[in-house]
Amino acid sequence: MKKSIADLARIRQEALKNIQLRDQNEASCRIVVGMGTCGISAGARPCLTAIVDEVHKRGLTNVQIVQTGCVGMCRLEPMFDVYLGNEKVTYVDMTPEKSRQVVVEHVVNKRVIHEYTIGAVENK
Amino acid sequence: MQFYRAHVLICGGTGCTSSKSVEIKAEMEKELKALGIDNEVQVVMTGCFGLCEAGPIMIVYPEGTFYSHIKISDVKRIASEHLLKGRVVKDLLYYEAIQQDKIKSVNDVDFYAKQKRIALANCGLIDPENIDEYIALDGYQALVKVLTQMKPEDVIEEVKISGLRGRGGAGFPTGLKWQFAANYEDDMKYVCCNADEGDPGAFMDRSILEGTPHSLLEAMTIAGYATNAKKGYIYVRAEYPIAVKRLEIAIKQAKEYGLLGESIFDTNFSFDIEIRLGAGAFVCGEETALIESIEGKRGMPRTKPPFPAEKGIWGKPTLINNVETFANIPAIILKGGEWFSKIGTEDSKGTKVFALGGKITNTGLVEIPMGTTLREVIYDIGGGCPNGKKFKAVQTGGPSGGCLTSEHLDTPIGYDNLVKLGSMMGSGGMIVMDEDNCMVDIARYFLDFTCDESCGKCTPCREGTKRLKELLDKICTGKGSLEDLDRLEALAYYIQDNSLCNLGQSAPNPVISTLVHFRDEYLAHVIDKKCPTGVCKDLLHYTITDKCIGCGSCSKVCPQGCIEPVGKVINEKTNRRAYVIDSSKCIKCGACMDACPPKVSAIIRQ
Repeated sequence: MKKSIADLARIRQEALKNIQLRDQNEASCRIVVGMGTCGISAGARPCLTAIVDEVHKRGLTNVQIVQTGCVGMCRLEPMFDVYLGNEKVTYVDMTPEKSRQVVVEHVVNKRVIHEYTIGAVENK
Repeated sequence: MQFYRAHVLICGGTGCTSSKSVEIKAEMEKELKALGIDNEVQVVMTGCFGLCEAGPIMIVYPEGTFYSHIKISDVKRIASEHLLKGRVVKDLLYYEAIQQDKIKSVNDVDFYAKQKRIALANCGLIDPENIDEYIALDGYQALVKVLTQMKPEDVIEEVKISGLRGRGGAGFPTGLKWQFAANYEDDMKYVCCNADEGDPGAFMDRSILEGTPHSLLEAMTIAGYATNAKKGYIYVRAEYPIAVKRLEIAIKQAKEYGLLGESIFDTNFSFDIEIRLGAGAFVCGEETALIESIEGKRGMPRTKPPFPAEKGIWGKPTLINNVETFANIPAIILKGGEWFSKIGTEDSKGTKVFALGGKITNTGLVEIPMGTTLREVIYDIGGGCPNGKKFKAVQTGGPSGGCLTSEHLDTPIGYDNLVKLGSMMGSGGMIVMDEDNCMVDIARYFLDFTCDESCGKCTPCREGTKRLKELLDKICTGKGSLEDLDRLEALAYYIQDNSLCNLGQSAPNPVISTLVHFRDEYLAHVIDKKCPTGVCKDLLHYTITDKCIGCGSCSKVCPQGCIEPVGKVINEKTNRRAYVIDSSKCIKCGACMDACPPKVSAIIRQ
């Protein structure tokens, strides 16, 4: 199909979303999911899949999703860190549903969900 | 469109393909499927990453983890450890990508951190067989800009401002070349891309064709618009099957999208591109010989003038540029000639791609701003000579260039600077030699090449290179005299002055430059009949000294059977004798020297 200049711009937008992952300078938010043996057995993979899906659904291009190993607090898994600006927030005892909420509230609306964070859970 | 959280990029350049990168990709896809994460992780085959020495290369994004020397058996670990569990497989990382447990991303590795990529910008970043990925990185935006906002003369003016010079060898100003082609009026005009890369050791054009073929198509279409040409030819050698395949795919995709063909973007500009395969003759890299070959004739150069801009393919005005030259065009149009002209030196603007080869640690492709010194390229990026050997010389410009020595290492790289030193930029081959290389032998090697590749049309080149080679053979076999050196020199200058095309004119360069910079080595060959580095076998002599204990180890390994125990008696009681080499039968393989017990070391090489 012959493409017009507008089509070209549209293709560019679409393809850029995917390829931006390879740009090392673009990401302004990093989500680091714990995928040690403890994390995986506690259900980190469905959480990761949910995050990936939510980030894509909302067309967030500046979010980097990476995995890491065990950080030593296995009893609080599944857990992940959100790095936004200069701040790092650790969410623990996650589920796919909670993970999606974090993407929406924290990454998009910039509001930390305090009740899911490590501080709140530890003080219970 | 599917969204992936991680991308695995595997090099699909010729170098890595030859070490099984295609099979590695298949294995990776299989493993990801088995782990059930094939819908989260995308596997992409890209063009050349440049650091061919570390191939096959695999890079995992978003982290930019740099794996090198990957084998099929390593794939399972990367998939299950890194991609499933997020644990980088440290022992498979490129050696420099890990320092004191800190893992560096690919962009921070010295080899890449010191480069500036314009022509190679997309190589190793996108899937060359996917036009959408090229479009994502501003692909075809330069064409949009040219067709909607610029007049042909504006385009030429922009290229002139950029100061871009031909990257194929001679370094003619590109904007001027476009101007000449635009000035001649005719009912048919052509744009031609010279992708007949022939220098031994140079492979930047191949990598551009393999890694970002659409850049070339876009640039040629822009050139067509600027010079009012309707048709383009890409003349590429058949020895580049991957490049040809990707070009064919790219042309098909561009036609589907209407970026090639009739009335592009509904303007009244139409342009079409066709591939012509060359049989791999070095002389067809010369533009007029290339034109003859495209027309179906034997590839022999024509006399110039008329230049191709006036009478080229089928006698019509033709613009010919090299692949790398074209690859710079989209960036120049998008970012402006002014931007490009700020990079580089006074007479050489922009960046240049060099193919590092020979005795150098990081063999591969590097793109650096003009004005970078040879030392920075060879030591900082190239990593110097391997195994702690001493640097001796660097040959720039392939068989048409010359050798530069360590005293030239601080020269800023530029067209005029290299010519001043008796070498040239050429297409950007850089072959490094260390203390083990014999410079006479190197000159002979290149002469052997040009002698074979001479098309035979003019006598100075056809006969002259042959005689030059005979003289070098004579010197290398110890039959040369001082008069031969004078003859060599005189003939070299004669060929340079009297050949028809650039092949002949530049063929003696390796001889002349080694004669100037390494005359002592020539003298050692003709006067002392010795090769200081031990490369020229005919000048070597293996002899067994008095230290021989008569063990016979050497005799057992000698392929010629020319070592016999016929020397003086070592042991009166057993009548054991020392061994002696029969020089008339010796082929100087050195096997005896290796076989002699290290404690004894009775065999010497002179």
